Amino acid sequence: MADLKIVVNGRDVSVSATPDTPLLYVLMNELRLKGPRFGCGLAQCGSCSVLADGVEIRACVTPIANVAGKSLTTLEGLPALYAQQKGLAQAPALHPLQQAFIDVQAVHCGYCYNGMTIKGAELLAQTPKPTDAQIRAHMDGHLCRCGTYARVMKAIKVASARMTGGAQ
Amino acid sequence: MTIHTDLPFSRRDLLKGGGALIIGFSLIGPAAAARGDVAGPPDPNTVDTWIAVHADNTASVYFGKCELGQGNTTGMLQIVGEELDLDMSQLKAERLDTHVTPNQGATSSSSSIHRGGPQLRAAAAEARQALLQLASVRLGVQTGSLTVAKGVVFVDGESAGRSVKYGELLGDKPFNVKFTGTAPQKPANRYALVGTRVPRVDIPAKAAGTYEHVHHLRVPNMLHGRVVLPRGQRAFGAGAKPVSVDESSIKDIPSARVIRKGDFIGVVAEQEWDAVKAARQLKVTWQEPPALPGNADLFSKMRAERTTDTVIADWGDAAKGFGEAAHVRSSGYRCPYQGHLPFAPNCALADVKGDSALIQSSTQDVYTARAMLATVLGMAPEKIRVQYFEGSGTFGRSCYEDAAQAAAILSQAAGRAVRVQYMRWDEHGWDNYGPAHIAEVRAGIDAGGKLVAYEYHGWQHGWTVTSSVLDIALQKSGVERASGSNSITVNPMSTGSMYQVANRRVIGHAIPMTGYLRGAALRSPLDLSFAFASEQTIDELATAIKMDPLEFRRKNIGDKRWLGVLNAAAEAAKWQPRVMGASLSSAEVVSGRGIGLGTHHVSYGAAVADVEINKRTGAIVVKHVYAAMDCGLAVNPALVENQIEGQVIQSVSRVLKEEVLFDKSGVTSLDWASYPILRFAEHPEVTAVVVQRLEEPSTGAGEEVMGATVAAVANAVFDATGVRLREYPMTPQRLLAALGMRT
Repeated sequence: MADLKIVVNGRDVSVSATPDTPLLYVLMNELRLKGPRFGCGLAQCGSCSVLADGVEIRACVTPIANVAGKSLTTLEGLPALYAQQKGLAQAPALHPLQQAFIDVQAVHCGYCYNGMTIKGAELLAQTPKPTDAQIRAHMDGHLCRCGTYARVMKAIKVASARMTGGAQ
Repeated sequence: MTIHTDLPFSRRDLLKGGGALIIGFSLIGPAAAARGDVAGPPDPNTVDTWIAVHADNTASVYFGKCELGQGNTTGMLQIVGEELDLDMSQLKAERLDTHVTPNQGATSSSSSIHRGGPQLRAAAAEARQALLQLASVRLGVQTGSLTVAKGVVFVDGESAGRSVKYGELLGDKPFNVKFTGTAPQKPANRYALVGTRVPRVDIPAKAAGTYEHVHHLRVPNMLHGRVVLPRGQRAFGAGAKPVSVDESSIKDIPSARVIRKGDFIGVVAEQEWDAVKAARQLKVTWQEPPALPGNADLFSKMRAERTTDTVIADWGDAAKGFGEAAHVRSSGYRCPYQGHLPFAPNCALADVKGDSALIQSSTQDVYTARAMLATVLGMAPEKIRVQYFEGSGTFGRSCYEDAAQAAAILSQAAGRAVRVQYMRWDEHGWDNYGPAHIAEVRAGIDAGGKLVAYEYHGWQHGWTVTSSVLDIALQKSGVERASGSNSITVNPMSTGSMYQVANRRVIGHAIPMTGYLRGAALRSPLDLSFAFASEQTIDELATAIKMDPLEFRRKNIGDKRWLGVLNAAAEAAKWQPRVMGASLSSAEVVSGRGIGLGTHHVSYGAAVADVEINKRTGAIVVKHVYAAMDCGLAVNPALVENQIEGQVIQSVSRVLKEEVLFDKSGVTSLDWASYPILRFAEHPEVTAVVVQRLEEPSTGAGEEVMGATVAAVANAVFDATGVRLREYPMTPQRLLAALGMRT
């Protein structure tokens, strides 16, 4: 058991965990974050996704020792990251993609939406106006059992339009 | 709980006048026990069980159907809001809890709005009647002269005149009114909230990431637990019998300890990762299980079983009908075991003390869960309190009872609260699978294309009534449900009932579950299999006489509601008359379109599917599905559209990809790689159509377009390739084999 320092949502935090402990368990149990969550433990589903220096990773298979020195963003920190990316003075309550998920009523059980939001936000930061094919390819590592893929797709397009000054 | 059936004031007293009321409330209000003080279920025959009106002019609603991500909470609140003339912001649904909420049975078979809704509507109407009577006394006018808007009661014709709020009439005091079911209800033509597209009440928190799924629960001084089961379940009835457990194999993991009860083995640890590691690392030698057929011999074994046969429908004279038919088509179909496999493995939190237990679980039925927990723990049911927290979409009997029972066993032994989450391989390997099915279908038409004979034979085993953890911990061999709903046997609604056929026979051939896999209801149980077999047979008859399959179905349907959904799907798809498979292309990538019908029990489903097929790789891509449902009065059409979309995408997943793999000793598909589901890049566009029928009672909307979707896709594959697949999932290998191009 060692004290490890990691940066989560802009805050330096010190956690107690063996170095092989997957990041996910630290985020859920030590930091009590609700965004990243367990889905498979095998990096197959995207339930546990977080951003490390803006790039989506699977927290369920990433040992805590591997993220030292990286800036981690969970769902909780996504609005602030967005504000930083956009040069906004104040973080909005929700990332535009989260708002779009509400507006298109995309969610069923909602459990996969941590990953859908993290991965979708990553896409929109990299490719502000993605094509349908780009959305499908980018999101393909994220499973949904309720069958909400079509609404996720729609929400990403709505958020893209809003974030790039479109009418939607 | 504050339900007093023996209060000093009867309903008659309440209605006599304000004096008695005031005295009554002063006696019982503050002194009343709080809800949740005693074990339920609360008395369903009193209004207070269902509705509480607060001083701030809001209302709490207590019902027994759980939010599974289908949005039923929103629909149930709309029903109450409509009767009470409250708007959505004034309504709150309370958590399902065996100490608090009424027992409305399991949240299964699309029953929330269908069967739970009318009960709640009647309770709300009774509450409204009581509130109007109180207002009548307060305002000194007849109830007939009162109007309500947003919980404020006005005197008719007095603009800016007398009014009183519900909250002022009853704020946080009980109604003390019997639920007679006789209070007048609002006629459908006056609905203002029911029938509208109210946004889901649960979505904002889910999108924000603040929603509390059962997986999020943590309590102080809690241990983390994991189950230790063989990787992949064995033959039903064999359990999982440890021969030896080497506890020294986890001695390097601090705080981890093994807990056993009967054949059940679990581990607990202070840190979750330690519990995960310990469960993985613990060396257990399991008794050699009896042989399963494996995928290779499954269908031949099923077909050769001694069966219990039931004639489910028998109209006219099928033999005579077939004798007179001009064209007959018959085929056998094979349909796989499939899993519920919620996106997150099941999870529960248990705190079992000497004389009481609190279990927080995502069960679809808190009262049945309590009864099973009582058996497992050896405690009286009244000592156990089960609270519902939403899990991830379950679609029927996944391992939620198992997770709850495992947490309870571990907590009872450890003397501390224990949170258990199944691992991915536990959930994939120990699910109560949707049973495999064999169909033999035969149907015949006369020279004009009129159906004259139809026969469906189906083989499958049934469902479990217990759970694997209960069976293993109590060393029982498991119990198969021998009778019950139609879903356990061949569903006559899904097998030709949509057509007018003078001679029709439907026969169920039940095989025993022992020696197969553990079965249970999986969303739209077996309806996908029935539709896959039945609707391909129907399509073949249309093709036999070169008739458009839409026209063929119209010709053979008499019921206006079946015609309604069929036409709605066809119109949405801009269906053009076609003869199936008549314009085959020699190109490598070909496209096709198909149509199909299906249901679960009551509502009506129809779908048109467009597919694109690569004949070299065998890959089938479903591009677009147009799906229509008639569920009577759709309380919230947006909820139904969302359910249609989910059903379509899940059905495409099930017909193209999903199959439980198992060998002679156990299940081998233990993750998303070995049990693939439809991926993001593969999802079809969905056009959902709700056929709204304000005049009809609401019926289920969570399952009824799945069979139609599967049928439409199967028929579209034939349209594109000229080949019929008689087995699903329709994998590239199976399609290539059928095309005679196996690579």
